[in-house]
Amino acid sequence: MLPAYDLVYETYGSLNAAKSNAILVCHALSGHHHVAGLYADQPKSRGWWDNLVGPGRPLDTERFYIVGVNNLGGCHGSTGPSSPNPATGKPWGADFPVVTVDDWVQAQARLADFLGIASWAAVVGGSLGGMQALQWAIDLPQRIRHALVIAAAPKLTAQNIAFNDVARQAIITDPDFHGGHFYEHATVPRRGLRLARMLGHITYLSDDQMGEKFGRVLRNDTGAFSFGYGVEFEIESYLRAQGDKFAGFFDANTYLLMTKALDYFDPAHRHDGDLAAALKPALAKFLVVSFTTDWRFAPSRSREIVNALLKNDQDVSYAEVASSFGHDSFLLEEPQYHAVLRAYLGRIAL
Amino acid sequence: MTHMLGRPDFEVIAGWVQPGERVLDLGCGDGALLKLLIETRGIRGYGVDIDDANVLAAIANGINVIQSNLDAGLAGFVDGAFDHVVLSRTLQTIRHTQEILAAMLRVGREAVVSFPNFGYWKNRAAVLGGRMPVSEDLPYQWFDTPNVRFFTMLDFEALCAEMGILVRDRQVLDEQGKLVTEEHNFLGSLAVYRITRTP
Repeated sequence: MLPAYDLVYETYGSLNAAKSNAILVCHALSGHHHVAGLYADQPKSRGWWDNLVGPGRPLDTERFYIVGVNNLGGCHGSTGPSSPNPATGKPWGADFPVVTVDDWVQAQARLADFLGIASWAAVVGGSLGGMQALQWAIDLPQRIRHALVIAAAPKLTAQNIAFNDVARQAIITDPDFHGGHFYEHATVPRRGLRLARMLGHITYLSDDQMGEKFGRVLRNDTGAFSFGYGVEFEIESYLRAQGDKFAGFFDANTYLLMTKALDYFDPAHRHDGDLAAALKPALAKFLVVSFTTDWRFAPSRSREIVNALLKNDQDVSYAEVASSFGHDSFLLEEPQYHAVLRAYLGRIAL
Repeated sequence: MTHMLGRPDFEVIAGWVQPGERVLDLGCGDGALLKLLIETRGIRGYGVDIDDANVLAAIANGINVIQSNLDAGLAGFVDGAFDHVVLSRTLQTIRHTQEILAAMLRVGREAVVSFPNFGYWKNRAAVLGGRMPVSEDLPYQWFDTPNVRFFTMLDFEALCAEMGILVRDRQVLDEQGKLVTEEHNFLGSLAVYRITRTP
C-alpha cells in the first residue's frame, strides 16, 4: 500500500462555469501528462498527442478543457518506482506495488475531485489509454458521459502477454537491473530496456509499413553486405536508435509495471468472462475506433467491445479506420480517424 | 449504399415503426432514416455501413453507427434484439440473398426490405428495346452498377414463400414516389416489404 502519492498533470483550454467541458486524456504504455504543446525554450518537447489536441483540432481546446495526467507508477513526475519510499528513504524500486487499470481510474477520479470535475464530458485514450476509458465507464458510470476507446482490447491475448513477458525478461535479466533496485547501484538496466523497446516497437508497426519504410535497404552506401554482426540493414539501425533513445529516459520498473497493468486488465474476469455483464453498469456513450493494420490490438478485439455494448443495447459507434501504420496509427494524423473524432466530439453536449 | 435524395420509402417505413421500438438500419448511409425515426417515433437504433464517408456522416448526425460489412455486422447482434431491421435499397447489391434475409429475421422481429422492382414497366420496356434499364430507382449503367441481383416483386414473393417468410405488408411506389394501388409489379418502381417469420 502507498501511504500517499503525487500525480503530475497538465491542462489545456479552460474549464467552463458549469465544469461540463472537461476531457481526460489517458496515456498508453510510455505516455505521460504532456499531451500537447511545447514547453518554453524546448523545441523538441512537443506533446505526444499534439496533432489531436489544440485550438481547432479534434480535441478542441477552444471548446474543451483537456486534462493530461501521468499515471500512478509512471516516471514523468507522478509517484512511481523511482520515487522515495517514505519507510526507507530510498527509491521504491521493485517494492513499488503493482498497480492496475482500476487503480489508475481511482487515482484519476481523485484528480477530477481536486479539479472540481464531477463528470467528464469524455475520457479518451488509445491502446492502454483506451482500456482506462473503458474501465472508467464501468467503475464510475456517473462520472463519464462519453468513452472514446481507440486501438484497444477488452483484455490481452496470450500472444500480447507473451510479447510483454519477453520485454520484461529482457529487463529483469539485465545484470544492471539488481532486482529492481538499480537506483542504489547508480546504474540503469539499459540493455534490457533497449531490447524491450525494440521488441515493442516491432509490434506497433505493420509489416507493410516496415517494408515500405525500410525494406531491405542497407545502412552503408556501397550496396554490399559486410557479413558481420554490426548494423547492416536500415531497420536494425532504426530499432536500435529507438531503443537507445527510450532507454535514456524511461524507468525500467515503470515499464514492468505498465506491461503488468496491461496483462491484468480484464474487466470481464469478475463476470466469468462475460464482457457484456461487465459493461452493463456503464452509462456513457461509446466511440470505439480500430485500425485495419493494427495486429497488436486488431479490429476484431475492438469488435468484442462493440458487440458487448450492442448486446446491452448501449450507445456505441464504431469506426474501423483504414491505415497502413499498425498500432501506432492512433498517434498519427490519419484524416478519416481525425474526422471521426472531430465529428463525434463535435456532438458532445456541454 | 448511400441513400438517395428525397427517399419516398422512408415515409412508408416510418409508418410501420411504432414509437419506442428498437430499429437496426443496414446500409444506413448518413443515418437519415434513423434520424427521422428517432425524431418522429422516438426509436432506439443502430446503423451499419461499410463506407468511410457514410460512417463519418452518420456520426456527425449523432447516430449510433457500426462500420462493418453486412454479414459481419449482423454477426454482432443477438437474436431478437430488434423490433425492425431495415434493409433499404440494398438487397439487390448483396450476393447472399437468403442468408441476409434469414439473418435479419434472426435479429429482428420484423424486417423491412425495399428494392427496385425489375418488373416495372419501364424496365421491361428497356429490355424489350434491347438495353438494360436505367431509371430513378435503378440509376446505374450495367458496367458500374453495384447491383448483383435483379428481381421483380413476384420473384421476391416467391422466395419469401420458399423460405417460410410471411409478407405482412407491402407498399409500392412509382418513380415519383407516389403510391401504386394496382398492377404493382408492372407499375411499381420501388417496392417496400414488411416481412416476418411464419409463426
